[in-house]
Amino acid sequence: MIDKYEKGIFITSALVMMLFIFSLVYSLDKKSRNITECLPFNKSYRNGRVVKIDDKTYQVFMVAKMWAFDPEKIYIPVDSDVDFYITSNDVVHGFNIAEKNINLMAIYGGVGKTTVHFDKPGVYNIVCHEYCGTGHQFMHGQVIVNYPESK
Amino acid sequence: MEISRSLKRIIVIELFVPVSLLTIGIYHGLMQTIYRAGLLHQANALKLDYYQGLTLHGVINAVVLTTFFAVAFGHATITYYLKREPNLLVAKLSMWLMIVGTVMAAWAMLSGNASVLYTFYPPLKAHPLFYLGAALLIVGSWLPFFNWAWMYSQWKKINSEVKTPIAVIGTLVNFTIWFVCTLAVAYEVLVLLIPWSMGWTKTIDVTLSRTLFWFFGHALVYFWLLPAYIMYYTMLPKLAGGKLYSDLAGRIAFFSFLILSIPVGVHHQFADPGITRGVKMFQGVLTFGIAIPSFMTAFNLAASMEYAGKQKGSKGLFGWIKKLPFLDPDRYLFAYMICGLILFIFGGLTGIPNASYQLNNVIHNTAFLPGHFHMTVAGPVFLAIIGMSTFLIAQLKGKKIFWPKINVIIPYLWMIGVFIFSSGLMWGGLIGEPRRTNLGLSYLNPSSPLYRPDWVPTTMLALAGGVIMFVAGMLYFVVFFGTLLRKKTEDAVLVLPESEVLHFEKRVPLLDKFKPWLVVMGVVLLLAYVPALWGIYKNNAPKAPPYQISNPMPDTLTVLKK
Repeated sequence: MIDKYEKGIFITSALVMMLFIFSLVYSLDKKSRNITECLPFNKSYRNGRVVKIDDKTYQVFMVAKMWAFDPEKIYIPVDSDVDFYITSNDVVHGFNIAEKNINLMAIYGGVGKTTVHFDKPGVYNIVCHEYCGTGHQFMHGQVIVNYPESK
Repeated sequence: MEISRSLKRIIVIELFVPVSLLTIGIYHGLMQTIYRAGLLHQANALKLDYYQGLTLHGVINAVVLTTFFAVAFGHATITYYLKREPNLLVAKLSMWLMIVGTVMAAWAMLSGNASVLYTFYPPLKAHPLFYLGAALLIVGSWLPFFNWAWMYSQWKKINSEVKTPIAVIGTLVNFTIWFVCTLAVAYEVLVLLIPWSMGWTKTIDVTLSRTLFWFFGHALVYFWLLPAYIMYYTMLPKLAGGKLYSDLAGRIAFFSFLILSIPVGVHHQFADPGITRGVKMFQGVLTFGIAIPSFMTAFNLAASMEYAGKQKGSKGLFGWIKKLPFLDPDRYLFAYMICGLILFIFGGLTGIPNASYQLNNVIHNTAFLPGHFHMTVAGPVFLAIIGMSTFLIAQLKGKKIFWPKINVIIPYLWMIGVFIFSSGLMWGGLIGEPRRTNLGLSYLNPSSPLYRPDWVPTTMLALAGGVIMFVAGMLYFVVFFGTLLRKKTEDAVLVLPESEVLHFEKRVPLLDKFKPWLVVMGVVLLLAYVPALWGIYKNNAPKAPPYQISNPMPDTLTVLKK
């Protein structure tokens, strides 16, 4: 009753999709490091700061607010790992470091976490990519890698 | 067939109102490409702010136009295929609710009291009338659905052994999806947002509101798309001069949409905190499931058109393509549909990175996203809507098409415009250009410290595409309103092109009833959304006070200080 081309339509569609889903699951462990993790919220996350754990490990508690990032400029040495904890003090904001494919939403009452390894010196721009009111286009920050200057 | 004057008038008004508003929507589309390319370094032009324009662009084009059209087209297909008219009182009430809702929301947006974009994420606060208007528009669109469902059950009693016409299945599937998904946004608007924007409740749960919005928000795209799919299945093969290759696959495709359209909304929230990885992964996988009916449709339609070409004596593997009526002014609907389909190939492919949990990090909320969805919603959806609106207006008013040769070129011009526009946006997105941002004030203003010269070529490309799209849009308005204002020269009728099927297939009872599919839909929906909502409930995040778009202090504090 089902003609052979019809059957072909069903099978090809399903196979293509299974390939995609397989890739999705396959890459889950390897790449999941820079995917948003959610943490239970507490008020200490609303205090923007950079914490140095050791020479190569930093924690950045980033607070997005209308219309600035706090801290706005982050200085770290080359080859360090940075844990970003991101929350919003008011409306929804975005947090995007395009060169490192870091991409999170900053939401009131939520904390997103991601870990980034900065292996090359340079200035990495942080852009707010969610509309957050009239000053949205000026909301911007920087991660400056090469501090203190390496030999 | 002949239809009553009142029904004709309802359908014509439901096309006239959104197409008139579309002029504002398209104007703001062009303006955004101008601001973004850095040709304007200012917050507003002609007293309309960038973000106000962006809100108008999104709400009018993506919600008002699509909803009005789906209802008008639903009236036409149900009437034509069930050979009876819907209840006129219900249809009129629905029309007025939608118009009043639209006027309320339009006032709020045009007066600058609701520049919160079409996603209206709290805690940015809009005027209560914006939310109320949206709610009325939605409730208005529910009413005809209840009426059609009842008409269908009456029809089924008499025709229990006849296959339900595929257009009727499509329309009912579409409005079932719409009804279920809008329940969530109706809850968000009526229970959470309106009391909060009126000041009756102090705070709001942001993640819960976003999750309810996207429960609706992704199903919304299928609500846009399914009227186009109905045209593809029931009209395109006929217009191409062939027959529908597989009627069965078409039915399976529509029912797959019923099951999978809604439980995928979390893929818009991959970057959100407050939703666990398991939920994101599960809905991510379901998102790929929803691509299956679209793949099936692509094969099915290609086979139908190949058959059409071969009937006309085409030779070779791809010779059939040359035999299709691309520029036939009498079959202009074919042009609108084929351009939509070509765009949709790329619209579908560029959706894959968005839907992939890990890859999404590269492009989430960047300009890549509007680049992608302009090849879907401004592709097959928009072209089907404008083509069919001209077609219905001409038929129901008994007019000839104004500028028929231009009419058949519009979709090609539009398609070229969208390709250029989307390439610019997607290229920009890959190098970090944000969406929803007045780039002209900062990132594309050479005198700003934030200036980004690497975004000049991408935004210029989007501008070039935007200008072409604008020209195509203007030509469409000339054709649409020109046709409407012409003298009546024909009989006013409703005759939709009707494709035959290529093979005789026995009726499959399972594909001819809704109940089993509705049960599966409910189960999948619960599996996908109970864990998501439970997680939000358990997380018990602090709730946010309302904020005005121009003030970093919460509304409640500002009021106290006054």
